[in-house]
Amino acid sequence: MNGVHDMGGMHGFGKVEPEPNEPVFHAPWEGRVLAMQRAMTYTGAWNIDMSRAAQEGLPAHVYLGVSYYKRWALGMEQNLLQKGLVSADELTAGHALHPAKPVKRTMRADDIGAALTRGQYGRLPEGPARFTFGQRVRAKNINPTTHTRLPRYVRGHVGTIERIQGCHVFPDAVVIGAGENPQWLYTVVFDGRDLWGEGSDPTVKVSVEAFEPYLEAA
Amino acid sequence: MQLRVRALETILSEKGYVDPAALDRIIEAYETRIGPHNGARAVAKAWADPDFRQRLLANATEAVGSLGHVSRVGDHLVAVENTPKRHNMIVCTLCSCYPWEVLGLPPVWYKSAPYRSRAVSDPRGVLADFGVTLPPDTEIRVWDSTAETRFMVLPMRPAGTEGWSEERLATLVTRNAMIGTGLPKRPDEIA
Repeated sequence: MNGVHDMGGMHGFGKVEPEPNEPVFHAPWEGRVLAMQRAMTYTGAWNIDMSRAAQEGLPAHVYLGVSYYKRWALGMEQNLLQKGLVSADELTAGHALHPAKPVKRTMRADDIGAALTRGQYGRLPEGPARFTFGQRVRAKNINPTTHTRLPRYVRGHVGTIERIQGCHVFPDAVVIGAGENPQWLYTVVFDGRDLWGEGSDPTVKVSVEAFEPYLEAA
Repeated sequence: MQLRVRALETILSEKGYVDPAALDRIIEAYETRIGPHNGARAVAKAWADPDFRQRLLANATEAVGSLGHVSRVGDHLVAVENTPKRHNMIVCTLCSCYPWEVLGLPPVWYKSAPYRSRAVSDPRGVLADFGVTLPPDTEIRVWDSTAETRFMVLPMRPAGTEGWSEERLATLVTRNAMIGTGLPKRPDEIA
């Protein structure tokens, strides 16, 4: 989806402003949102790609206008509604009004090791990798209206395979309910001038992590 | 927002999807145990121990995992090394992917639109926002974390630290140095 979340190369957002002595959370509710997201992922109700897709689906002015953890909370509400785990009248009431839908498991205090470990997304390959180290490849000019992890700023550009990262869950498939559909994942490095034009900084090189279906031989 | 989040937690716990006691434990871990000191330890060890440096660059998941962190690393952590000719920077332009296991939760600026938009197109301008200037011929290598691979920068060891212990070296390693928006402290900065 060509949304405002796909920010690489956009202008107009201003300077980066680091905050001195930044706290881990700026308000207690931020920590609750983070923890609820981890605990809900543990139930198996949705995966990380679905939570990203839910945030990207927020109206553009909302996505840009809210803080990081507020965006998480709004995205989580959408995931809960989509999966039928919570209904709109419950969100309004602030209490459960309907019976719970079964989930695979609930995280207890003794299980938090799992909440602190990143999910595993590597999968056994179902076939050989199509591209090899050092090969020139073009990022396809695709514009799906659903979730994808190929940023706009590399589409149509030619880069070089620098690393082969194994086979991974394919986000584009997961979010449309097409299963994990594991795909080979590559680090593809682009010359900054190919991306940003002749006048740009000649010392810049940028890589993306690209799934095989995003690429074609150049 | 506080009320809205409290309402959400009430609904989820009444329905048995989440256990508030587990949420407390998760928050406590991120506030106290999971932070950049884990990454700093790995960097300091790589500076002091050439074998560990090789292991870190070959397979950071395995190398960092061997240090026995509270938060076990995911399956695809990659360490990228700064050299006099190349400076690495980490970003996630599409969301805010970040190596939580070694650096903790990301700072607000890392998740902000200014960083996400400019790190790939104007990395030297971003470095200037952090007060960092690099030689004009240094290659700036930006890693956009668009999948579940996670990156950390292995910065260059500061001069004047010969013979230092790993513990002392770790005090020079800042979070931003491991993202690539900063450099390690010099010995005179911690004196």
